[in-house]
Amino acid sequence: MTNKESEQPMKKDSGKIFLEELSKSPLTVTILAILTGLLLGGLLVAITTEEAYAAFSSSPWEAIKIGANAAWKTYQALFTGSVGNPAKIVAAFQGGDAEEIRRAINPFFESLVASTPYIFAGLAVALGFRVGLFNIGAEGQIFIGATTTVIAAIFLKGLPAIIHVPISLLAGFIGGGLWGFIPGWLKAQTGGHEVINTIMMNYIAFRLSEFLLRGPLKDPDGYTPVSADIQDSAKLFRFFENPIRFHIGFFIALFFAFLVYWLLFKTTWGFTLRTVGSNPRAAKYAGMSIMKSTVIAMFLSGGLAGLAGANEVLGVNHNLAVAFSSGYGFDAIALALLGKSNPLGVVLAAIMFGFLRNGAIQMQLTAGIPIDIISVLQAAILAFIAAPAIIRTMYRLKEPDMDLDAVTLRGWGGN
Amino acid sequence: MATATNNFEYISPTRRRVMGILFLSLGILLWIMFGRGIGGEALTTFRLTPGGSAQELPDWVFSSQNMLNMLSVLSIAMGGYQLARGFGKRTTLMLGLAAAMFIFGFLSWATSGGTLNLAGLFRSALVKAVPLTIGALSGVLCERSGVVNIAIEGMMLTGAFVGAFVGSVTNIWIGLFAAVLSGGLLAWILAVLSIKYKTDQIIAGTVINIFATGITSFLSAKFLQRYQHLNDPGRFPTIEVPVLSKIPFIGPIMFQHNMFVYALYIFLIVLTVGLYYTRWGLRTRSVGEHPKAADTLGINVFRTRYISVILGGMMAGFGGAYFTLGSVGRFDEVMTAGRGFIGLAAMIFGNWNPIGSFGAGLLFGFFDALAAKIAILRVPIPSEIMLMFPYIATMVALAGVVGRGQMPAADGQPYEKE
Repeated sequence: MTNKESEQPMKKDSGKIFLEELSKSPLTVTILAILTGLLLGGLLVAITTEEAYAAFSSSPWEAIKIGANAAWKTYQALFTGSVGNPAKIVAAFQGGDAEEIRRAINPFFESLVASTPYIFAGLAVALGFRVGLFNIGAEGQIFIGATTTVIAAIFLKGLPAIIHVPISLLAGFIGGGLWGFIPGWLKAQTGGHEVINTIMMNYIAFRLSEFLLRGPLKDPDGYTPVSADIQDSAKLFRFFENPIRFHIGFFIALFFAFLVYWLLFKTTWGFTLRTVGSNPRAAKYAGMSIMKSTVIAMFLSGGLAGLAGANEVLGVNHNLAVAFSSGYGFDAIALALLGKSNPLGVVLAAIMFGFLRNGAIQMQLTAGIPIDIISVLQAAILAFIAAPAIIRTMYRLKEPDMDLDAVTLRGWGGN
Repeated sequence: MATATNNFEYISPTRRRVMGILFLSLGILLWIMFGRGIGGEALTTFRLTPGGSAQELPDWVFSSQNMLNMLSVLSIAMGGYQLARGFGKRTTLMLGLAAAMFIFGFLSWATSGGTLNLAGLFRSALVKAVPLTIGALSGVLCERSGVVNIAIEGMMLTGAFVGAFVGSVTNIWIGLFAAVLSGGLLAWILAVLSIKYKTDQIIAGTVINIFATGITSFLSAKFLQRYQHLNDPGRFPTIEVPVLSKIPFIGPIMFQHNMFVYALYIFLIVLTVGLYYTRWGLRTRSVGEHPKAADTLGINVFRTRYISVILGGMMAGFGGAYFTLGSVGRFDEVMTAGRGFIGLAAMIFGNWNPIGSFGAGLLFGFFDALAAKIAILRVPIPSEIMLMFPYIATMVALAGVVGRGQMPAADGQPYEKE
């Protein structure tokens, strides 16, 4: 931008250039996509407010006001649920009672706790995207990762935490990695598309963990299909006392985001992976092995997803229950796209999703808005990100010179 | 699951051998796993009348041991012939037969010394196959024209919701109509995203799945669960087909159902004829195989794809309505529970072909039905493991171990007009 300004200082004033660049920037599209998604969510709340319909017969204006009010209240609840109630926080700090303070700031930390598996799962999908693979099986890999973790965390006894925690995490990584490796290997060997295979592996994983939790892994003292609690030595370190569950997993996730960044952009290996993803033909002629890259990428991707499961088990739940993951794996697709498959972008998107998810729980309690509205929001945002042309037409943005961040994937048949 | 597409089917020597060994091992497995263990006197009793049917057929009682011996000998003989001479064109058919014999052997073993309602099992397999097959047909329609539809699940879920809601407010037929429309609407979104905006089709499908889960659960929690009269559409009644339902054994299994099952039969015929024997079908398939060639010949690729995808969505909406209007009679959150994805699997397993999809749907439905009965049979296989079968079978089919499926060549690739 600075270059342009110095070359033709007279023709355009800098404000105009700035606006033009802003209009072309992919980041603008991302931000507008999020805002539009939030707007649509508000609209959905407004048009499903019963009181608004009751008021509609007397005065439409009143109805619109009621609807808008409901939407406003919803987002207010979303905010206090995810960040905390500012008035309460101030009052707590003035009161000085330690537990009161913890309770007041808990929503913020709880959002970070919710973000943590999102970071891992988002990295998993993003890594796949970079190698031209669509890992739609993060959900299943999370399940398997959690299962192998819980096995390591329950049945290994007498280890100090400094060893037990890494081993349990590693178990999750390998479990999830194996679940990613199988479709990767099948793709490399037989050309079976990873999307179909990972979908199938998802359901196999659900059934498998269900079977294990009703049988061998079930808590012998319990009646429900829940595993026993993990050993204390395997639990991830928590920074505060109850009720704040914020644990070291968040920082482990950030560390892994850095690792993925480093692997992809700073090593020869990563270069190979990315070349295979963006231009398989060129990669082949350069002597890179597409098969090897596919298998490695799917293993790593599965492993990262497995860590999301491990993290939930070791940091939050301390046991394993049927269907504990509730959609992290599918949301991960949305946030990998939102973060443009870039580790930093994924972390930011994951934190946003974590705040949304945690806030939505509160929203359901206080404003009576079902938590599922978050899925609607996510779908809308995802649609706008995947088809940026919609947002560009909506806000009359300029076409970018070149879309560098477009996700490159190959179709069913073209492998 | 013979394909109507290719009349010449080349069987490679490797595949011939693999199949031969497969038949052999199925026969040996039958003998080792099931045949050996049971005593000579044990009897297997199969009931041939489904529960609640007016017809009565005598039970079928036979010696478990003899049946298993016969089946394993037959299977081994088939393997030997396949290795020596090869069944040629009929290999796939023989594979089906061998698998059927294996399953039958398993059932005979599991029921030895007891009774199993075979007709009831088949009937329940057919009922469970209905949503799977309709989902698969939706996939066939979309993918034959070259658009991947992984949003079958979402479209079915939406169809289920809309069917229940509109059906409760108006009547059941309008509910069904609205369900079909809602599926078509979602498919239109998929079509616009993937054809006009050239979004990756899998991402577009994922968007629709997430959206459908969210919006149906949201509206359901907000209205349907709170006001029961909004979630009480009733169900389509069972209709006995006049003559056909009187056929012994087959009649009660196939022709004493509600409208959805008969609709499925009609769809199967219409789609098979439509895809393979009409101009429309030829055009649709050509667009899915080689859009550029089709375009050169004056076929409007975009329009063809729009039509196919929207028809596919309407099909999925119809299949979704089955859950609320045909089966349960009310909407529950996420009630399709992955059946749309099994439908996708059935489509792949059935080689992108309507009749094949039905075969796969029946097979998957059968395992579903069997898993429900496994507790009664006291078989030492957990039902969860049984329920994994459709997924594993699909992965095996996709890997080409038993013959590679033939997916449309341009499936999943957006078409750029030059």
